Amino acid sequence: MAEVHLEKVVKKYGELEVVHGIDLDIGHNEFVVFVGPSGCGKSTTLRMIAGLENISGGNIRIGDRVVNDLPPRARNISMVFQNYALYPHMSVRENLGFSLKIAGKDKAEIEAAVDEAAAILSLTPLLDRKPGELSGGQRQRVAMGRAIVRHPDVFLFDEPLSNLDAKLRTQMRVEIKKLHRKIKTTIIYVTHDQVEAMTLADRIVIMRNGSIEQQGTPLEVFANPVSTFVATFIGSPPMNLIDGVVKGGQVVFSDGTSLPVPPRYSAAEGQRVQYGVRADNIMPIGHALPPEEHMAELDMTVSLSEPLGTETILFGEISDTEIQAKMLNPRPVEPGETMRFQITLDKCHLFDAESGVSLRT
Amino acid sequence: MFRYKLPPWLLLLLPAIIVLAAVVMLPLLLSLYSSFTPYRLTRPDSLFKWIGTYNYEKALTDSKFWAAFGRTIVLLTIALNLEMLLGLGLALLVSKVTRGQRALRTMMMFPMMFSPVLVGFQFKFIFNDNVGLVNNALQSLGITDQVIPWLVDGKLAMFSIIFAEVWTSTSVFAILILAGLYAIPKDPLEAAKVDGCTSWQTFRHITLPFIMPFIYIAMAIRSLDVARAYDIVQIMTNGGPARRTELLWTLIGRTGYVDAKMGYANAMGYTSIFLAIFFTVYFFRKLTSARNELGMGG
Repeated sequence: MAEVHLEKVVKKYGELEVVHGIDLDIGHNEFVVFVGPSGCGKSTTLRMIAGLENISGGNIRIGDRVVNDLPPRARNISMVFQNYALYPHMSVRENLGFSLKIAGKDKAEIEAAVDEAAAILSLTPLLDRKPGELSGGQRQRVAMGRAIVRHPDVFLFDEPLSNLDAKLRTQMRVEIKKLHRKIKTTIIYVTHDQVEAMTLADRIVIMRNGSIEQQGTPLEVFANPVSTFVATFIGSPPMNLIDGVVKGGQVVFSDGTSLPVPPRYSAAEGQRVQYGVRADNIMPIGHALPPEEHMAELDMTVSLSEPLGTETILFGEISDTEIQAKMLNPRPVEPGETMRFQITLDKCHLFDAESGVSLRT
Repeated sequence: MFRYKLPPWLLLLLPAIIVLAAVVMLPLLLSLYSSFTPYRLTRPDSLFKWIGTYNYEKALTDSKFWAAFGRTIVLLTIALNLEMLLGLGLALLVSKVTRGQRALRTMMMFPMMFSPVLVGFQFKFIFNDNVGLVNNALQSLGITDQVIPWLVDGKLAMFSIIFAEVWTSTSVFAILILAGLYAIPKDPLEAAKVDGCTSWQTFRHITLPFIMPFIYIAMAIRSLDVARAYDIVQIMTNGGPARRTELLWTLIGRTGYVDAKMGYANAMGYTSIFLAIFFTVYFFRKLTSARNELGMGG
């Protein structure tokens, strides 16, 4: 039951600074996901919160305690590791009860806590097995169980699902979300998978090169990315970005096609920009959502189609940039077929070509 | 023309079989056979007189033999445990060193590079009651004005031998345990820290189970080594004074080569091999179960 505050937290390895003064306030019971490509400092930040890495500068507070120099055991946190980090020589029961045993709790209490955690995670039939006899998903559940028996102030998850296969990952994602609802504890979760981040988080913190690029609810960061980095990182397929120049309220691309500057965006005449449009907002007419207020149309030749069942992803080109578009109620599309597409301007974005920063007003 | 052809596998194995037979099997069978004869080196014809299990019966009822047997077990137990503890400590210390660890590891191996005979001479000098380093040091420091008979008093002589053994071979444990420490995955150690372990608890509950297999390997190797201890003892005390440091193999060596009773010596040798086999089997059992603990299996 605690808030976590990061104040100007810095991590240096010798001369190399890998986390550059992060400020972040995490609320009580909030589920915060750190997401970013590898090497962005997200795991390092998590490990600093856990106390497994020293802090080179700034403050970390858990509840009202500054924990900068406290060892992990004094922070009342639990952590789930990417490789599960189970104790291979102990049974599931012993793994779950280990932290309580270390804390000197009596046997009955340990047993009750272990049984409760096992019940929550449906581990009861596995209690007497060794980790070596469990599947990946089961091991992951044990790792989570080990974390919850202690009723910690904060849960830390370090890429817990990245060693699981795709199907299991989806399943465990749901379990983690349910778990959060059941146990109501602050959770900080690190992943490089934007789908995990979107589906799990109350708040997403997108990190890049040791700094926070953007934070907000999943829908906020999806709808209003502050930069091309966020725009291409969040959402699948990634947002299409087309280079162009602003001329008289239009963005003109190198092949001469143009689209209007999207509403709520403003750019100087002659400014070099990147036009951002997600696949969901560029659809072939006749296979699209009903048009909204601000629409544009253009022709595009389809070079490839990927049928997914309920929709088909169409690949085409606008001024030498590959574009992915979405087709609803799909019909077979032959490569080379030219189709007319509608673009929902209200959901398009404009970024400065140099800095990648959003030009939203 | 009839030509018998050996199957290819046998043909290919034949060189190895011949060499093994000549080098290992023949001497082994010969010595086993001779243990059932009153064979004396000085009387070759005695090799052909069969006396059944007489030598074995004599060995098993010989108090000198059993005294040496017991002493060997005492040496084995004390030396192995001391070496294990010291090696473990050394390995833990070295594993914490960040600069110059390679050099330290190499230096740690130095005692193993000396011939046990030389080590024996070295410690014979160090523990000498008149000119030895230890007595001189103790007297100069005013700790004692007595001449301590390190290699003459039975208990002290045993201590001196164990000291020499430990000095030479602690590094076997240190190196193997160090290898074990390197092999421990980082995650469980971190998990233990988060789970609330102090360094001691982490060591006790996580590190130790992980390095147990390595300790048992070292134990198995060293138990064979110590069970056949001969050279250091032979040099330092020659089994004396008055047989008070007599070990199995110094006794067997003396019986075989000094008293020339080779048949009897062989019988004692075969009996004591069981000691070595017992310890090897014991430590391998332990090793296997420690590995199973860790889910390493196989």
